[in-house]
Amino acid sequence: MQQPILEVDGITKRFGGVTAVDNVSFPVYRGEVLGLLGDNGAGKSTVIKMICGVYQADAGEIRFEGKKLENHNPKQARDIGIETVFQDLALVDPLDIPSNIFLGRELRTGPFGFLNKKKMAEESLKLLQRLKINIPDLSSSVLSLSGGQRQAIAIARNVYWNAKMVIMDEPTAALGVRERSNVLEIIRTLREQGVTIILISHNMDDVFAVTDRMVIMRRGQKKAELVTKETTKEHVVGIITGAIDY
Amino acid sequence: MFSLTSARNNKAKFSWAQFLLRYGALIGLALMCLILSFLTPVFLTLPNILNVIRQASINALVALGVLLVILTAGIDLSVGSVLGFSMAVGAIASVKLGMPAPLAILLLLFSGAFLGWLNGIALTKLNLPHPFISTLAMLNIARGLTLVITKASPISGLPHVMTWLGGSFIGPVPVILPFLVIVYLIFHLFLNNTVLGRHIYAVGGNPIAARRAGINNKKILVLVYVLAGFMSALGGLALAGRVNAAYPLAGLNYELDAIAAVIIGGASFFGGRGTVFGTLIGVFVIAVLRNGLNLLNIRADYQLIGIGLIIVAAVYVDVIRQRPFTRSSEV
Repeated sequence: MQQPILEVDGITKRFGGVTAVDNVSFPVYRGEVLGLLGDNGAGKSTVIKMICGVYQADAGEIRFEGKKLENHNPKQARDIGIETVFQDLALVDPLDIPSNIFLGRELRTGPFGFLNKKKMAEESLKLLQRLKINIPDLSSSVLSLSGGQRQAIAIARNVYWNAKMVIMDEPTAALGVRERSNVLEIIRTLREQGVTIILISHNMDDVFAVTDRMVIMRRGQKKAELVTKETTKEHVVGIITGAIDY
Repeated sequence: MFSLTSARNNKAKFSWAQFLLRYGALIGLALMCLILSFLTPVFLTLPNILNVIRQASINALVALGVLLVILTAGIDLSVGSVLGFSMAVGAIASVKLGMPAPLAILLLLFSGAFLGWLNGIALTKLNLPHPFISTLAMLNIARGLTLVITKASPISGLPHVMTWLGGSFIGPVPVILPFLVIVYLIFHLFLNNTVLGRHIYAVGGNPIAARRAGINNKKILVLVYVLAGFMSALGGLALAGRVNAAYPLAGLNYELDAIAAVIIGGASFFGGRGTVFGTLIGVFVIAVLRNGLNLLNIRADYQLIGIGLIIVAAVYVDVIRQRPFTRSSEV
């Protein structure tokens, strides 16, 4: 586990006169769940967007499996195994579950290249079983699913493509208590299967429930890099708010 | 393994509304046919049924294109004018310029697709804020052009090849009937079994998710407007056959019937939801209503009122179907 799959090395991002991310470095080890924490505006999302190719860093570099990522876009990031589960708006409501999981990467068959619905349904079922997600009716439109189920589908959709690393931006933000624990269960299952995860969260309970380590940001800078087992919520909150100066 | 069972509960709770949405138009159509067959003996006769089909055929073709556009959460107000324009282009090419009929037909279809392409470009390249605007402009432009090129008078004397689709019969069966069946099957396959079809639903259902999934939204949008223009032109060809001429006001207000049919057929104005089968039902609801009221000697004014009421009823079904979901997402 001590081999980094991703190395963030001194990255900086400026928007006009504002330095959103200031010389941030941290490793992400293969197979771990890393929490990325910080208050609103701390620069978490900007870091994530540089990793998944939405933004390019103004300085510093990001290496994935030892290779430097240069001018990569989100599609290229996906192609090398970095998937991002966005906070919302990831699913197409009127479409059924397999259509959502395979959206943009549909399986085809036959001389006319028709959709291979049967294969997509089978693969979806296998995938949901692998992630221990139990949804009674695959052919229902995702509109009829609960928030937790939708989040589960959104995660599954990214994992199908043999993602090596999954970035999740506040995956439990809009969920109820039980649904939140369901999503955390999926994160644990993924971890058991060797997928590396970066979890952005505001929720201390979530972070302490599933992460191995955490990186804490404040005002664009990395303030701390902690092992979850060796710290406390009070300590972490202190660093996030600046009450404890690191 | 935890169980996410609430989907099943949701389903049970909303099933009657979903049933109404899926089959409401069909039930309504069946009821209308039943009542009309009691009220007038003429309604359920073969000649009248074939007549209804022929009258419905133009709208059936135009509405398919409008369905694609509405699936992307768009609208096409120009289909009636595009129909008139492409019909005029085909007639002029053939009658005035002496082009061979097959070539004139190709030109007719191309001109419809071309105007549709312009609609798509206005939306995606000029970034006009809503297709309502770009296609409203095209409604006026295409009608104006039609009046200019036809010098505001009808063109008759079309060759047989051009009137065959809309005007000929095989035995008692109008050629347009099997043609409609084939076109509807093709569109059904296209929307349900091809990647492009799936992406049309995706672009309308959630454009942001579609873009993130790597779908080129603009390409899809241009495609649906091209197809809408093409289907309007096909409707123009069928209409030219039925009336055995091209005329400058052909297709006037046809966009309204087409949009009404698509909406009555259960498509959502918010995009992403609607079927080929539903649209066909919607087309026939309008056609049967018109036909029935004609047979009963009820004035055309009342037909408009009837169609308006049916639109309200159909969309209300959509509203009550949406409501439970909105609630559940608020909880």
